Amino acid sequence: MTDLSQSPAGAAPRKHGGSLLQQTPRTRKRNAAEARFRGYGIAAITAGLVMLLVLVTTIVSKGTGAFQQTFVTLNVELLESKLDKKGNRNIEDIKKVTTFGYAPIIKGAMEATVEELGIETSLKAKELAGVLSKDVAAQLRDYVIANPDQIGQTVEFRFLASSRVDGYLKGRVTRDSIVNDKNISAEQLDLVDALAAAGVLEKTFNLDFITGADASDARPEAAGIGVSMLGSLFMMFVVLALALPIGVAASIYLEEFAPQNWLTDMIEVNISNLAAVPSIVFGILGLAVFINYMHLPTSAPLVGGLVLTLMTLPTIIISTRASLKSVPPSIRDAALGVGASKMQAVFHHVLPLAAPGILTGTIIGLAQALGETAPLLLIGMVGFIASNAPETIADGLLAPNSAMPAQIYEWAKRADPAFYERAWGGIIILLLFLVTMNTLAVILRRRFERRW
Amino acid sequence: MNDMTLMDNTVDTQNIKIAAKDVNVFYGDTHAIKDVNVEIEDNTVTAFIGPSGCGKSTFLRCLNRMNDTIGTCKVTGDILLDGEDIYDKRVDPVQLRAKVGMVFQKPNPFPKSIYDNVAYGPRIHGLARNKAELDEIVEKSLRRGAIWDEVKDRLDAPGTGLSGGQQQRLCIARAVATEPEVLLMDEPCSALDPIATAQVEELIDELRASYSVVIVTHSMQQAARVSQKTAFFHLGNLVEFGPTGQIFTNPEDPRTESYITGRIG
Repeated sequence: MTDLSQSPAGAAPRKHGGSLLQQTPRTRKRNAAEARFRGYGIAAITAGLVMLLVLVTTIVSKGTGAFQQTFVTLNVELLESKLDKKGNRNIEDIKKVTTFGYAPIIKGAMEATVEELGIETSLKAKELAGVLSKDVAAQLRDYVIANPDQIGQTVEFRFLASSRVDGYLKGRVTRDSIVNDKNISAEQLDLVDALAAAGVLEKTFNLDFITGADASDARPEAAGIGVSMLGSLFMMFVVLALALPIGVAASIYLEEFAPQNWLTDMIEVNISNLAAVPSIVFGILGLAVFINYMHLPTSAPLVGGLVLTLMTLPTIIISTRASLKSVPPSIRDAALGVGASKMQAVFHHVLPLAAPGILTGTIIGLAQALGETAPLLLIGMVGFIASNAPETIADGLLAPNSAMPAQIYEWAKRADPAFYERAWGGIIILLLFLVTMNTLAVILRRRFERRW
Repeated sequence: MNDMTLMDNTVDTQNIKIAAKDVNVFYGDTHAIKDVNVEIEDNTVTAFIGPSGCGKSTFLRCLNRMNDTIGTCKVTGDILLDGEDIYDKRVDPVQLRAKVGMVFQKPNPFPKSIYDNVAYGPRIHGLARNKAELDEIVEKSLRRGAIWDEVKDRLDAPGTGLSGGQQQRLCIARAVATEPEVLLMDEPCSALDPIATAQVEELIDELRASYSVVIVTHSMQQAARVSQKTAFFHLGNLVEFGPTGQIFTNPEDPRTESYITGRIG
C-alpha cells in the first residue's frame, strides 16, 4: 500500500506555462476553427430557412388563385318549350333533354342580361355564352332534374365563368396573350369588363374547389379536389387500421419476445431495407398481388390503402422498436420483479411509456403515405376520375377514386394553365393536411408525456 | 476499518429457505458462476460481498430466475426453494417471482402514482377482492416499507417524484406487497446518500422478522451492519460462507482476508 498523499520524491518542478491573459497560438487556432464551424452552421440554417421561405411564398402566391373563382349571376328563364315539350313534367322526358338542349336557354339568358344592362356589343349569342363555363349547361340540367316544378319560371343562378375569363380577372390572361387564342376574343373581354362593372360578374371564394370532383380538360374552372381528398382519407383509414396494429404487434414481438438468432437478425435487416425500397416497387407489388391475383377493383382506395400499408409498415415498425428500446430496462425489471408476466410487463408498463414515440412514428408514416404518388400510378388511382363523392363507406373504399397527390400530378401535367393554378391550390390543401397531422402528433405527444 | 462496529449477530438455527447445489451460470462462453453451494436461512439477512464482476449479482438474479430474460444465460445445478427446484420445468417464473421479491440497485418505481406502484403486484396476482382490501394491502406495505408517514397524504402523487431514498423504500414496499417469502436486494443503497442508506438498513433489519433477505452489497460495512450471514464471492467462486462476525473477524480463506482488509477488489 503506497501512500498517495505524499508527492513522489524527485519529481521535477512544473514548468511555468506563460500568462493566462495571453492566448497561445494553439488556442487561437482552435478558437478560430470553432468560430468558423459556428459560421458554417448558421449559414446552413439560413440557407434552409431562405429556401423554405421561397417555397412557401411560391406555393401561396401561385395557389391562392385556385380558392377564388369568377362567377356570373344570371336570371335564367327555364323555357317549357325547350325543356319539357309535352308539358307533363314527366321526369323521364325531362332527362331526355341533353346538355345541348340547354344551350339556347343559356344564350337567351346572356342576351337578356346584356340587353337589360344596356351593354353595347357586336357579339353573337353564342359568343356571349362563351364567357361562361362549358359546365354551366350541366349545372342547369342538374338543377332542372332536381326541381322539375321550376320549369317555366325565371330563376337566379350563379354560373362559373370560363377559365379564360377567370384568368383575365386574375391577371393570368391578358389582352396580349389572347391574340391567337380561339377560346376568347377581345370583344368578349370588353363584355367581361362591362359585366364586372355592372356587378354581374365577380370573383369570389370558391368552395367547389375544396369539395368538388375533377373536371375534364375543357373545364378547368369546374375542377375540385374534394373527391380525391375523400379518396385520400379512405386510404389513410385503411393504412391506419392495418399498419398500426400490425406494425406495433410486429415490433413488440421482435423487440420483447423474439429470440435473438440469425432469423430475427435477418428479419430486422430486411425491415430496415424495406423502409428504403422505392415506393413504386410497392406499387407494382400491389398491382401484381391485389389487382391481378386477388382481383380487387382497380383504382379503389382499398387497394391504394393496402399498398400504402405495405409502404408504411417498415416506418412504423422501426419507430416503434426505437421507442420500445428507449424505455429503460429497469421498468421491465421492476414489473418482472413483482411477478408480472412478460406480456403484462409490456402492456402495462413498456407500451404506455413508448406510446408517444409510437404515435409520432405512426403519424409520420401516415403523412408519408398521404403524400405518396408513385404507387398509385400503378394501381390506376391516377388519371381522369371525375366520380361524385362516395355515398357509403363501402363505396368510398371500392369505387374508383383518385388521391390528393395523384390529382395534383394529374392537373400539373394538363396543358391549360388554369389547371396549373389548381395544382398549386391542391398542394396548399395537401400541406395543410400534413401540418394538421404533425400538429396533432405534437399535441398527442405532449398530452401523453404529461401523464408520467 | 476500526470504526466498523460489528453487530452482536445471533444466528439462530433456523430452517433452510433456499439451498443452492453446484450452481453454474454461463453467459454464452463466459463461465460466470462456478459450482456455488450455499444455504440461505429463513428470517436471516444474508449478504453477498465481493469485488465487481465476481458474480454476486448474477447469483442473486438466479434465485428468482430474473436471468431468464437474458437469452444467452444458462443455469445448471439445483436451486431449491423450500425443497422445490425452482428451475424445474413445471415452475412458472411468474409464480416464483411473487414468492421471491426483488429490489434493484437503482430505485425503479413505475412512472405511476405511489398507490398504483404498490397496488400493481397485488392487482396482477389477484390478492385483493375489492378496493378496501387493496387499500389495506397498500397501507400495510407502505408501513412495512417505512414510508407510510411520508406519503400517506399524497398517494396519488407520482412515485418518480419522491427523493431517491423514498423511491427505494417505495420499491421495497412494492416488493413486499405481493407477500413474498424471500426478498432479494441488489445493492439497494448504492444510489442513496448516507441518511437514506441508514433508513433502508434499519428497514432491512425489521424485514428480517418476516422474510428471508438476501442482499448484495459493495460496502463491507453495510454487510457487517445488516447481515447475519455473509458469503464472499471472488471470480465466480463462492470463497467463504459463514456467520458475518466470523467472516469479518476471523476469515478462513486468505482471499477473504485480503478483500475485507482492502488489499484486493
